[in-house]
Amino acid sequence: MKIAVLIKQVPDTQSVLKINAAENWVVEDNLVFTANESDTYALEEALLMKEALSGEVVVCTLGPERAGQVLKDALAKGADRALFLRDDTFSQLDSGGAARVFARSLKEEKFDLILLGLQADDTGDAQLGPMLAEELNLPHVTLVVHTELLDGRLKVKQELEGGWFQHIEVDLPALLTIQSGINKARYASLRGIMAMKSKEIKQLTAADLGLNSSDLMPDQTLQRLYLPPKIKETVFLEGAPEEVAAQLVEKLAHEAKVL
Amino acid sequence: MGKLLSFIQHQDGQVAGTSLEALKGAQELAATLNHSLAAVVFGLDTAPAELTGVRLDEILLVPAPELATYSSEYYVAAMDAILTAETPVLVAGHTYQARDWLPRLASRKGRPLISDCVGYHQDGELRWVRQIFQGKISAEMKTTPGLVIIAFQAGAFRADDLGSGSPTVRTIEVDLSDIPARVRPGERFQDTRDSVDLGRAERIISIGRGIGKEENLKLVQELADILNAELGSSRPVVDYGWLPHDRQIGSSGQTVSPKLYLAVGISGAIQHQVGMKNSGCIVAINKDPNAPIFEIADYGIVADLLEIIPRLTTALKEHQGS
Repeated sequence: MKIAVLIKQVPDTQSVLKINAAENWVVEDNLVFTANESDTYALEEALLMKEALSGEVVVCTLGPERAGQVLKDALAKGADRALFLRDDTFSQLDSGGAARVFARSLKEEKFDLILLGLQADDTGDAQLGPMLAEELNLPHVTLVVHTELLDGRLKVKQELEGGWFQHIEVDLPALLTIQSGINKARYASLRGIMAMKSKEIKQLTAADLGLNSSDLMPDQTLQRLYLPPKIKETVFLEGAPEEVAAQLVEKLAHEAKVL
Repeated sequence: MGKLLSFIQHQDGQVAGTSLEALKGAQELAATLNHSLAAVVFGLDTAPAELTGVRLDEILLVPAPELATYSSEYYVAAMDAILTAETPVLVAGHTYQARDWLPRLASRKGRPLISDCVGYHQDGELRWVRQIFQGKISAEMKTTPGLVIIAFQAGAFRADDLGSGSPTVRTIEVDLSDIPARVRPGERFQDTRDSVDLGRAERIISIGRGIGKEENLKLVQELADILNAELGSSRPVVDYGWLPHDRQIGSSGQTVSPKLYLAVGISGAIQHQVGMKNSGCIVAINKDPNAPIFEIADYGIVADLLEIIPRLTTALKEHQGS
């Protein structure tokens, strides 16, 4: 199995976010960046498949220089090599543009399987997977929580809403987006970290991929960011833990009348 | 005048609530933009009962047999065939199914999809509002001229406000026989028979990732016993295997509306809020003052839950004893 895994670097979900002066993104200076969580499950699933069936796992990211870290981490966990789509013009891409760039970089390699997380924890678009599948003319399944390789095809379990699931058979090559709960992502071993240093991280620019500015033009752009308006006026209880607990019981009993 | 389309998702003829909410958004949008509005239904040859009497110019039925059960490839091809140059906006509810096929459709059309959209502004130009960073920040989006596909988040509009009317019904034939069935869905199933119906619970204490480790569940269980509350959870707690799937609340779990919902160590991502925001009284305990759960909480406590929970148990015991 030759498997590609797409990993996005995002601010840690515990980050305290501040909107920048231009109101078009968050202040990134003091943020801690990490691999998008559901992408780490996609990588784990690829590594498990490789261990069971042999083959190759190629990790791929698109982003600024710092994003190279997610590739190093993935190589340390056991991925074989990496593609780093690195071009300043890529910073303006929307999901459709990102799908075109990824498609161009993955097409010639003829992967059996492409895996990525169901959505990125920063923009939350949840679009790249199906869009990339369309660009590459591959069948896709989203929200996958289990995979099983059959003869030349995959049987996957897809999560539906409200506690429902569905098994789906999909022909290979295919693209899957991975939901949490499918596996437990591993940590890199010391040996893996040492081995990582000799693995290839290939950088590709827009020119390398034969992409011009019209390929990269976004159809949707972020105009303004703001803190969401509060639906309710939350009453914050403050003080020492004992006081806060007593206040809450008082409020629940006499104000909300739910005790 | 353009024609605005609103996609209606259904399961065996039963329309999804999120689709009706999105339809309300589509009605408002059609009025704002002065467009006609049609609802599109795949895989049925009669209009679902939920749509008769709704203010629409027409209901478009696409009964092709390939559309009888959901499949991304057939859905994309069918909608691609239906969309005309006069369609400025395609609206749908942001369900898991929509997440599966709308991005693929957007890519085929070379047009943008605004997912998880919560509304729009028409202020000289149209701006779409969506939430990013798991609901912590709102973003206004602008799109280039031409078709835009909008997936409205659950709860963005109220289905009970749908305007009434008497739409005509039209059937559209599409030929999907040439499309290979590369994706073959099986029957839908539930993993565990829902042994716990949290939908009926009057009080729920729901725990999230902030609980830290499995051993801490004991503290919450003690509080639940005193409160006579059921335990619920957000997704990570189920993923870690600390609670069974039938305790999960949110878009991939149960929808609840108890009198009291105590969210402990839950940040309140959109997917969780969908399942609990109609609770009567919402209390949130979380270390992060910017957690989205505080946007919908009646009472908020910004603190370490491990310090608050045992004291809350003690305070409740005292209250009950007094």
